[in-house]
Amino acid sequence: MSTYQEFIQQNEDRDGVRFSWNLWPSSRLEATRLVVPVSCLFTPLKERPNLPPVQYEPVLCSRATCKAVLNPLCQVDFRAKIWACNFCFQRNPFPPSYAGISEVNQPAELMPQFSTIEYIVQRGPPTPLIFMYVVDTCLEEEDLQALKESLQMSLSLLPPNALVGLITFGRMVQLHELSSEGIAKSYVFRGNKDLSSKHVQELLGLTKPAAAAQQGRPYGKAKVLINPERMFLQPVHRVDMNLTDLLGELQRDPWPVPQGKRPLRSTGVALSVAVSLLEGTFPNTGARLMLFVGGPPTHGPGMVVGDELKTPIRSWHDIQKDNARHLKKATKFYEGLANRSAGNGHCIDIYACALDQTGLLEMKCLSNLTGGHIVMGDSFNTSLFKQTFQRVFSKDYNNDFRMAFGGVLEVKTSRELKVCGAIGPCVSLTSKDACVSENEMGVGGTNQWKLCGLGPSTTLGMYFEVVNQHNAPVPQGGRGAIQFVTQYQHSNTHRRIRVTTIARNWADANSQIQHIESSFDQEAAAVLMARLGVFRAESEEGPDVLRWLDRQLIRLCQKFGQFNKDDPTSFRLSESLSLYPQFMFHLRRSPFLQVFNNSPDESSYYRHHFVRQDLTQSLIMIQPILYSYSFHGPPEPVLLDSSSILPDRILLMDTFFQLVIFHGETIAQWRKAGYQEMAEYENFKQLLQAPLDDAQEILQTRFPMPRYVDTEHGGSQARFLLSKVNPSQTHNNLYAWGQESGAPILTDDVSLQVFMDHLKKLAVSSST
Amino acid sequence: MNVNQHTPMASPYGQPQPGYGQPNYAPLDGGYPASYAPYNGPASAYQPGVPPQGSARGPPTSAPPPVSAPQQYNQYSHSPADMQNGPPPMTQAPPRPAGSQPYGLGGGQPSYPQHYAPPPTMQQVTNQMGGMQLTSGPPTPAGLGYAPPHSSQPPISTSYQSAPQPSFTQAPPPASSAPTQPPPPNAPAASQQYYRGPPPPPQPPFNSALPPTSQQQFLSSAPPPPSQQTFPPSFSSSIPPPSCAPAPPVSQSQQPFSTPQPHFSSAPPPVSQPGFPSGPPPPAQGSFPPQPTPSSSQPGSVPPPGPPPTSVTSGQYPTPIQHQQQPPDSQPSPYHSGPPPPRFQMPPTVNHLPPGPQSPPGPQGPLQQPPSPQTGYPPQQNGAFGQTRSPQAGYPGPYPVQPNYGAPAPAPAPAAPAQKRLDPDAIPSPIQVIEDDKAKTNEPFVTGVRGQAPPLVTTSFHVRDQGNASPRFVRCTAYNMPCTADMAKQSQVPLAAVIKPLATLPPDENPPYMVDHGEGGPIRCNRCKAYMCPYMQFIEGGRRFQCSFCNCVTDVPPHYFQHLDHTGKRVDCYDRPELSLGSYEFLATVDYCKNNKLPQPPAFIFLIDVSYNAVKSGMVSIVCHELKSLLDHLPRENPEVDSVVRVGFVTYNKVLHFYNVKASLAQPQMLVVSDVSDMFVPLLDGFLVNVNESRQVIESLLDQIPEMFADTRETETVFGPVIQAGLEALKAADCAGKLFVFHTSLPIAEAPGKLKNREDKKLIGTDKEKSLFQPQVGFYNNLAKECVAQGCCVDLFLFPNQYVDVATLGVVPVSTGGSVYKYTYFQAQTDQERFLNDLRRDLQKHVGFDAVMRVRTSTGIRATDFFGSFYMSNTTDVELAGLDCDKAITVEFKHDDKLSEETGALMQCAVLYTSCSGQRRLRIHNMAVNCCSQLADLYRNCETDTIINYFSKYAFRGVLSNPTKAVRDTLVNQCAQILACYRKNCASPSSAGQLILPECMKLLPVYLNCVLKSDVLLPGADVSLDDRAYLKQLISCMDVADTHVFFYPRLLPVMKLESGSLPVAVRNSEERLSKGGVYLMETGLHLFLWVGASVQQELLLNLFGTPSFSQIDSSMINLPVLDNPFSQRLREIIDSFRAQRSRYMKLVVVKQEDRTELIFRHFLVEDKSASGGASYVDFLCHMHKEIRQLLS
Repeated sequence: MSTYQEFIQQNEDRDGVRFSWNLWPSSRLEATRLVVPVSCLFTPLKERPNLPPVQYEPVLCSRATCKAVLNPLCQVDFRAKIWACNFCFQRNPFPPSYAGISEVNQPAELMPQFSTIEYIVQRGPPTPLIFMYVVDTCLEEEDLQALKESLQMSLSLLPPNALVGLITFGRMVQLHELSSEGIAKSYVFRGNKDLSSKHVQELLGLTKPAAAAQQGRPYGKAKVLINPERMFLQPVHRVDMNLTDLLGELQRDPWPVPQGKRPLRSTGVALSVAVSLLEGTFPNTGARLMLFVGGPPTHGPGMVVGDELKTPIRSWHDIQKDNARHLKKATKFYEGLANRSAGNGHCIDIYACALDQTGLLEMKCLSNLTGGHIVMGDSFNTSLFKQTFQRVFSKDYNNDFRMAFGGVLEVKTSRELKVCGAIGPCVSLTSKDACVSENEMGVGGTNQWKLCGLGPSTTLGMYFEVVNQHNAPVPQGGRGAIQFVTQYQHSNTHRRIRVTTIARNWADANSQIQHIESSFDQEAAAVLMARLGVFRAESEEGPDVLRWLDRQLIRLCQKFGQFNKDDPTSFRLSESLSLYPQFMFHLRRSPFLQVFNNSPDESSYYRHHFVRQDLTQSLIMIQPILYSYSFHGPPEPVLLDSSSILPDRILLMDTFFQLVIFHGETIAQWRKAGYQEMAEYENFKQLLQAPLDDAQEILQTRFPMPRYVDTEHGGSQARFLLSKVNPSQTHNNLYAWGQESGAPILTDDVSLQVFMDHLKKLAVSSST
Repeated sequence: MNVNQHTPMASPYGQPQPGYGQPNYAPLDGGYPASYAPYNGPASAYQPGVPPQGSARGPPTSAPPPVSAPQQYNQYSHSPADMQNGPPPMTQAPPRPAGSQPYGLGGGQPSYPQHYAPPPTMQQVTNQMGGMQLTSGPPTPAGLGYAPPHSSQPPISTSYQSAPQPSFTQAPPPASSAPTQPPPPNAPAASQQYYRGPPPPPQPPFNSALPPTSQQQFLSSAPPPPSQQTFPPSFSSSIPPPSCAPAPPVSQSQQPFSTPQPHFSSAPPPVSQPGFPSGPPPPAQGSFPPQPTPSSSQPGSVPPPGPPPTSVTSGQYPTPIQHQQQPPDSQPSPYHSGPPPPRFQMPPTVNHLPPGPQSPPGPQGPLQQPPSPQTGYPPQQNGAFGQTRSPQAGYPGPYPVQPNYGAPAPAPAPAAPAQKRLDPDAIPSPIQVIEDDKAKTNEPFVTGVRGQAPPLVTTSFHVRDQGNASPRFVRCTAYNMPCTADMAKQSQVPLAAVIKPLATLPPDENPPYMVDHGEGGPIRCNRCKAYMCPYMQFIEGGRRFQCSFCNCVTDVPPHYFQHLDHTGKRVDCYDRPELSLGSYEFLATVDYCKNNKLPQPPAFIFLIDVSYNAVKSGMVSIVCHELKSLLDHLPRENPEVDSVVRVGFVTYNKVLHFYNVKASLAQPQMLVVSDVSDMFVPLLDGFLVNVNESRQVIESLLDQIPEMFADTRETETVFGPVIQAGLEALKAADCAGKLFVFHTSLPIAEAPGKLKNREDKKLIGTDKEKSLFQPQVGFYNNLAKECVAQGCCVDLFLFPNQYVDVATLGVVPVSTGGSVYKYTYFQAQTDQERFLNDLRRDLQKHVGFDAVMRVRTSTGIRATDFFGSFYMSNTTDVELAGLDCDKAITVEFKHDDKLSEETGALMQCAVLYTSCSGQRRLRIHNMAVNCCSQLADLYRNCETDTIINYFSKYAFRGVLSNPTKAVRDTLVNQCAQILACYRKNCASPSSAGQLILPECMKLLPVYLNCVLKSDVLLPGADVSLDDRAYLKQLISCMDVADTHVFFYPRLLPVMKLESGSLPVAVRNSEERLSKGGVYLMETGLHLFLWVGASVQQELLLNLFGTPSFSQIDSSMINLPVLDNPFSQRLREIIDSFRAQRSRYMKLVVVKQEDRTELIFRHFLVEDKSASGGASYVDFLCHMHKEIRQLLS
């Protein structure tokens, strides 16, 4: 363990955990002074090819309030066959099956390399995965066709025993019965009527087993009642053909759309029906509800905008002016659905493809709370959607789907720590435990969260609080421990439990501040702080959030910076914090906190992904990566700065959501002149090809697939690049003007330079 | 008319009355039989017309004094034999002339003479007539050619065709008689033929002859007093005038009836003689003095009067009465015998009537003989008679009848001197009237003359539209309306029109022409918005026209201008239907369309109940199977082109299943809507489709529906949401249309319009009974309103196994102009045919949608009330979501001012509708009737069938808000007032004890009785509430022909059949049925074949293929197809009956003494009904009493 860098990397690889601080201040007071809380990014299902799951169940601490899982940190008395819980210090006997345990014959969970271990629970019958398609039919013919093809394709990707269901909607909502032969049968619901779950189930004949049984008797047993739910959810292998045909015959919503009107789209009721159906038939079973929409809900509950085209869909401007009449009602409606769905362990994906907004702002909670995906595109007929959708069904090295359902994450901490909350695609299970802090950060007040849908990259930000009082110091060399217990339904239908136990040393902030400083993981910290900021942004005004972020940054700089009072030029930051201000600078400019130039839907979309991606991806989102390709040397990362934009360069920018290839002015001219076609300019052709290949590589792995932009100097799409780079040269900073060393950006935004200057000034200011 | 006017009446109008009197009155006594016999033998030919009358009267008059009576009898008997030939012509002749004369004014006389030439007497008569006419003529002739008709009586109207006198015959009854008469000999012959076919040879002659004559006479009789003026002109009237003087005596004679027999005796003879003295006398006496005179007298005076008076006087003058009766009987008998069954009865009666016989014994002798041969029948009849009479007997005295009448009839018998029995044959016979009308109608009915009553609905005739709507479209209760409200109120005759706007015309008549007035739309009066019609007067050289409805003057648009000829008519008058015809159509412009948008073609939606009961009864599979072929026959206007009507399908139990049958689909798609609380249509495109385009998908669907639900166990159904669904579908498609709902059970599933079982027999007869006819919930009323607004017509086919609350379920169909069909205990094998035929017809029939009907009238009257299947949101517009060719609307008019005799009363019915091809049209029917300041004119130009139609609808609507008893009483009361008013103001003064009926209304009592006895107003124990509600709504949209046969079923003896003509019907009474006979009864809803217990084997073999009565399978639903002429003909007849009615009638074979006979008996409407309805005779007595009460 040479450097913290390596340590962090190793921890991340093994446990999927990155802490903001890798040494923990030993008292509450010190911890507060560190500004950045003790927190971590935790990826519960991080793929670990080299750690096979064990086929037995975990051994739990017998204390009812603890129930921690036996782990390598526990003290074990091999002779007495007793182990001591490292969280509550309860001494527990090993279960009989551990009779043969000894120093040389230890179970996996006791080995240090198994700080993260996965158990396969054999209890209970395996429940099949459930996929419910909820499809908008108010689409253009082309879009619908593409969507139909995608859906048909997806059928072949599903496990044969998975149950599928289909709901289509437009002005009406149609729940298709898949069991029927001959005549295709579907139940239709009015698109503008809010139906309670019970009502839906009644209408579908799902409730009243008693009555049915009574009535059924007299007629004899000639015909066994088909499970009503089976009418709507059928194993793929049985209805494959049927469903393919059904999708094939899917028509556009036939209701006429008068001129000047939007089609009536009853997204709300469709979702309501889907949620109610699943709720009534498969509660607490892994299910994925996939909503495909081509426009905003315009009909019935959950409508986001009226059907008058002359009334545009709400913008940030409207929202700030409290001028979005449907916003609150719709949001409330979808939150209700999301909570119900989350309660039942069903996750909801939203695939929204339209040029205009589709109401993601209101609907985002559906995915955010249930761990579903949100994919936003311009059309279903784009590779962006097609490939992204295909990737939902991607498989891992074991040929299992990279998706898990119905996860429950429980956190246990040693006594010096308490859990403040989590930020990520989860909902609270409101489980009050001793280790729950009253100080809430993110989704708090609990030590258990539900993650209805999760994948290998799903990452939560976990926030802790050191509760150890200053006057009761932790003994030297003491370690704090945190255990994450994640129970989930694996895509192969078995239930699994993954247990991650980590420990960090306590350090006295007074005496060991340097150590603590060097244990600072500025990347993790940046992301964790960003999540806090984004989380706040959901409920607070944008400027407030920025101000809070700035204050945190300033305080951090004051805490760890070396400077002379009131002398900005003397300000220095250690290496472990050197990048942090820059992250914050870009974060301030990012669409996660800035709504300018973004529609509410886009903001929701960006935030949705931001709070669930792992650290690397999150960092890319905060500060896009810029590569440069030129004849001057091999491809190299360059500063995300306007000065990097040179005529003889090709730039490749990855913002996570967009992949932009930018051809400098000269390159663009060459390309236009067709040099790449000439044999003697083979090298130019290769130069042009290089970023494409790299981009392709990113495109292949990224979920969701980024928007791919190929542009050049002066091109309209160059704005994607220009809006991201640090505007070091603008039309109003004269010293750069006229120099040929880059491209001036026409913006009033401050550049990093200005930002840093201010930061330094404020940090060293004695007045704060 | 009936009863009392024995001779006296007759004498004055002798001719007319006789007809009536005879038939009607004759029944009273046994006398008939006697006459029959004789007639048969001798005068078969003649008897018809004259003899009866003569005899009839004679007897009555004579009756009092036994002596006289005998004489008369003798005469009669003789007369038939001897005189018939001679005299009848006489009488007949006169009548005709009457009819014809009016026309003939100028040359008419000559023509007549020719016709009548044979009988010299005739000439005389004609001469007289001529004179009369002349007098009358002047007024009528007026300026216009038509004038004559106007001025003169209706008959005159015929006058137009001055040249073709024959045509006139039609005019009124007299006319008809005339034809027969002219060739007296011929007539008889003809009649004989008729009758020959059927049964007893003797009868035929009588019937034929009698009816005509009788009617004529009758008519004349009726008018005489009041009409004297008219009368004389009319026809034989000529005679009357002279007779007029005598007439009074007649009446007197009647009076004498009760009291002074002597009068009678004297009266009759004198009367007759005097009546004819001038011309007829010689022949009369010789040939049949009675005929001419007596005939006349008879009708009027006839037996009937006898009884009533008897009743009154009975106590006092038992003997005389007896006599009277007897004589009348005998007299009538001849006449009646003429008709049909009575004959047989006659003999017995004779026997019974010792008293009568006594006097006439000698003379009767011969008569009796004839009866004796018939003896076979007599016994039965006797029995029958006895029964009927007994009540009658009671009748005269106490009139206990009344009570009977109301409901359960306590035996009136008490009073009952057998002698006084009212002979059923003596009272007005519907059959007689019908046959008379048929006989006199042999020329096309030309509508050009104002106020001319058309032939009866039972008569088949050709119509020529010359300015008024065909009676197939419009029939009025009165063709001569009272000028003032006072008169109308006094008479109590309802002023109403039964309008059947889209009636189907026979193939030989042109459907209304289509007129297109271009972009501006139809030309209308500026003020009242009446449409251009023949009544509009063009003035100022054609530049403007004056509306004849409101007198407003409107400019003629330039494009419509045309010069006038010297008579003030437009030159293009005959090129333009709207200027020359009574019925035509306008092409409506976009201004006449909903939302100012041309309508879409309509759509048909089939909504099929697929609950357990529906599937099990086989209904589902039958419907589905049938629809496959039926869809090729959707209504279309041009048979060459495919129908543009689109179709859609829905099935339902407690949820609804819609089907997407878009042509592009390989398989239909089912869309289940289980949220019935808030109905909506789940799809648009693909629900309503063109049959040809989607044929494969539709067939696949219809194949699969029965399979899909074969195992259903769902028993609950919804109903409200079903209609809502259809309505919403039409709304979504923005078109009008029709829903065909096939439903089985009470909708108890949780949904809007859910119903409870509320059938409670205990409420029947109480004040709460009316609530059972009201809809259970208000939901359906609102729904109906919405349906109408959208032009959504609902046809409901019910297949109930128990109470389904037709009163509530029927609300929507009734309000939307739809129909309800009910197949209780539906079983595929037995009811399939009926159902399918109904369905086929219902689907294919001509229908219009989204219709609005408005009736405009001359200033002075106003349409105030409407009856039928429709909805009204204001007081003037009748809104019909759907209007088909079978739906009639009865419109009642009230005065709001005076009418003028000059201009008459005009009405214009305009129906704006969307045709089945989606074209917006206006159908216009114009009708002009006369106005009168004399009540007599009103009574002379009424149509009883139409009045009954009005009464029934009025009463059936009344049960919604009043106890049924009150409704019945109201009806009786009004009827009594009508008749009392006539008696008081129009009939010649006579004893209060006489029952005198206007000629045109002499059937009013019998028909009214049928209405009162109907299941709706007087339910039997086995009649369910559903049945009553069903009938109630059914009647509400019936036209006159339908109500007629419904209330007075057609009962045909079918022992002998001839091709080309139907046997003459018999009256609906058990006593008319012969044990050895087979009868076919048609009620418009049912078809019965009654088989007597002792039918000849041969007949059974021919009919059923089995020689034994006991082997007849009474469950058969169709006659076996046997290869013999009889079977073929009977089946032909049955088929033709079915073709005439809008609903298919299932054939029920009723074996005498069998269980099913109970049902059959229910339709023998002249008998007492099991539910307590009075017999015809009883009711007549009751009515008489009511009238007398009013008069006193």
